[in-house]
Amino acid sequence: MTELRKKADPALIKRRYAAERRFRFYGLAALALTTAFLAVLLTDIVSRSLPAFTQYSAVLEVPVDPEKVDAANPAAGDYEGIVRAAWRELFPSVTTRADRRLLNGLLSGGGADELRRQVLSDPSLIGKTVKVPVMLSDDADLFLKGQMTSVSRTPGEGALRIRTEGENYFLSGQGLAAGTVVLADGGAFRIAADGEQAPAEVILAPAGAADVAAGQWQVMGFGVAESQRKLNDRQAVWLEEAREKGVLDRGIAWNFFLKGDSREAEQAGILGSIMGSLMVVFITIALSLPIGVAAAIYLEEFAPKNRLTEIIEVNINNLAAVPSIIFGLLGLAVFLGFFGMPRSVPLVGGIVIALMSLPTIIIASRAAIRAVPPSIREAALGVGASHQQAVFHHVLPLAMPGIMTGTILAVASAIGETAPLLLIGMVAFIVDVPTGFLDSATVLPVQIYLWSDLPERAFEARTAAAIVVLLLIMLVLNALAIFLRKKFERRW
Amino acid sequence: MSAIFLLLLCLLVVATYFAGRQRAAAMRNGSNGTTLFHSLPSYHGLLLGTTAFLVGLFVFVALATPLPAVAPWAALAAAAAAAYGFSTRISPEFRARNVFERITLGFLILCSAIAILTTVGIVFSVVFETSRFFREVPVLSFFTGLTWAPTGSPPVFGFIPLLAGTLLITTIAMCVAGPLGLLAAIYMAEYASPTVRAIFKPVLEMLTGIPTVVLGFFAALTVAPFIRDSGVMLGFTVSAESALAAGLVIGMLLIPVISSLSDDVINAVPQSMRDGSYAMGATKSETIKRVILPAALPGIVSAFILAVSRAMGETMIVVMAAGLAANLTANPLSSVTTMTVQIAMLLVGDHEFDSAKTLAAFALGFVLFIFTLILNFIALRLVQKYKEQYD
Repeated sequence: MTELRKKADPALIKRRYAAERRFRFYGLAALALTTAFLAVLLTDIVSRSLPAFTQYSAVLEVPVDPEKVDAANPAAGDYEGIVRAAWRELFPSVTTRADRRLLNGLLSGGGADELRRQVLSDPSLIGKTVKVPVMLSDDADLFLKGQMTSVSRTPGEGALRIRTEGENYFLSGQGLAAGTVVLADGGAFRIAADGEQAPAEVILAPAGAADVAAGQWQVMGFGVAESQRKLNDRQAVWLEEAREKGVLDRGIAWNFFLKGDSREAEQAGILGSIMGSLMVVFITIALSLPIGVAAAIYLEEFAPKNRLTEIIEVNINNLAAVPSIIFGLLGLAVFLGFFGMPRSVPLVGGIVIALMSLPTIIIASRAAIRAVPPSIREAALGVGASHQQAVFHHVLPLAMPGIMTGTILAVASAIGETAPLLLIGMVAFIVDVPTGFLDSATVLPVQIYLWSDLPERAFEARTAAAIVVLLLIMLVLNALAIFLRKKFERRW
Repeated sequence: MSAIFLLLLCLLVVATYFAGRQRAAAMRNGSNGTTLFHSLPSYHGLLLGTTAFLVGLFVFVALATPLPAVAPWAALAAAAAAAYGFSTRISPEFRARNVFERITLGFLILCSAIAILTTVGIVFSVVFETSRFFREVPVLSFFTGLTWAPTGSPPVFGFIPLLAGTLLITTIAMCVAGPLGLLAAIYMAEYASPTVRAIFKPVLEMLTGIPTVVLGFFAALTVAPFIRDSGVMLGFTVSAESALAAGLVIGMLLIPVISSLSDDVINAVPQSMRDGSYAMGATKSETIKRVILPAALPGIVSAFILAVSRAMGETMIVVMAAGLAANLTANPLSSVTTMTVQIAMLLVGDHEFDSAKTLAAFALGFVLFIFTLILNFIALRLVQKYKEQYD
């Protein structure tokens, strides 16, 4: 007989309780870490996405010159030319060809779209001056949102001496080195080389060539060196000048919601991919809901308990865990290769995703049907209904909320599915918004993948914004599923 | 054309349904209730409609290729004729319901068979292309090759670096998700008050619902630069697309997978076992560690296996955050590639089915399919065994 411990060792109890508290803490920490991860993920993506929802444009007074825009054929007018002219009007001292090209580069390629739209809808504007917003390029937009570089203005110390020799300016003052941007007397200079009398390039012509007293001039500093950014110092100064003149307007980026894909970030939108997603999801639901529910009814209600049924069940469970990319291989080999269906179309995408979500829907539907108590079935059979009448008239309506909940969740995950669609070619660059199930299309998650791969900075925000839209769609669907569950759930 | 045909066929089907129902109802009412009908009028209508639909569809499909011009009209005519022929059989004795229910049952069986057909389709397509691949590349050199360079000239298909990359990323993911997921499940099942459950359950569900392309974006743009910067700060050389970044984020994705499955099995452990342990004076954590976890072990193992299978098949996160370079390394800070990445990369863009490049993707798909199939099968068997034990 071993010794019996009469009294518990207090130190041991202390240790055991400490271990208890530690263990409990680990569990809570694991949950907290997971929550923190989710929080970081969501805040990161939302904060990255915010810039993409707004877009800078310049509100310009554009004279619609009848010589440039023919009243007989307004569609062929040179809107871009007149918009550019109006934009250059803001900067009268910009005269050289190279500078004008730089200045034009600040406008978007689609900057004249709004003017064209207005003139085409109201040709009487030809000959008048129209106040119209002109979209800026993605780089100008990034700069103005402060995403390209920080901009600082520090008052210059001491007086600034300005000396002119013909067209050339020479500046001398404290702290001037090659590359410094100086704002003085309504003009702007960029120091070209070091020196006591430093030669300076004129960015904006000053009012006069007089010396400037201490505190009356400023040095403009940039957080990112000129060679590291897409816009050079001159373009930056012009944009700052335009901002000071009050012609810039930050509005909602409707393009993002109303346009298809584009190579120009400021013109790229998600409408095309959302339409593609809708079509794919339509086909997915149309196929997988009836087939899945029918299969669930058969397996749960009618299938004899035999080897074949068992094989089907094991098979469905296994299919539910097959990696999604394998379904892409299936779609590629069978639907594209064997049946010769076209590439990149929502029809094939929908079929592939339907096959993929089928197991989930079958499993959820079976659970919902199983949850209907046998008494319902037996009562129906008892009053003389056939087995099918009992199932279709009594069991199925009661199982419907559960089936719908499962289906909505399956659809929500189908909307986010990317990998199989890459393999069947829904990954192409498509500008047009698809209008039919056999049009080339892409879907929202694939659009996210495509944009995330692009080198332009502006696409990063667009990608994050597209993600936010995708997550919102999933949130709505999940809320709908929870609502259905809460509203119609019956405990028997 | 086929859309118009389908619309017309549907109109015809609806019309025949009402016609059949009308006829049966008229017959029944005409006899002033003296004849008893075997089937309700609506079943006669349903049977008529179904017959018309099936005949029409069959004729259309049969004629669509040889005679595309007349197929729709012939199909509509055949459907109408079949419906008319059947309508003459409407009588009190005719067991329309039984016939219709047999057709319905056939439809239900067909739908269940689609699951089987999908598997058969997967197996056939993958096996067929894989066999063509192995006609060009010897099996042994594929499975033992140490170099993967499908775009080189000549292309080299050595599977080992991909396997190593897949396993490395899976291991990292499981190192994150295993402990976190299991601890989370234990806390949720054993400790959490209803309020705490109500807070964390949606969190885990949301994490499950986030599309992998979103996690991939996060891994590539936030996690990978963070790891590179902190690695550089500590004096390591970290690749821009490190296995660690992809592995960590996949691990996060797997936490809810493991925790929800483990939560279920822990809850399934009978209360009597807990009570027995408490009665012996064990604390809660001792009960969990020595009684509940051993009892739930098969279920937990199956949760882990399913998570491994999910990690191996995960595509978007690795495509976006892991690299394309097939390095044979166990260093989590270097760039590796996985089977899924290579499948996606080999098949994105235009391709013909004859090149060894395309076929190699199918061979990889085949290997991946077999891997996940075995893992899933083991996991499902374990769960079944476990259920039998406690049910």
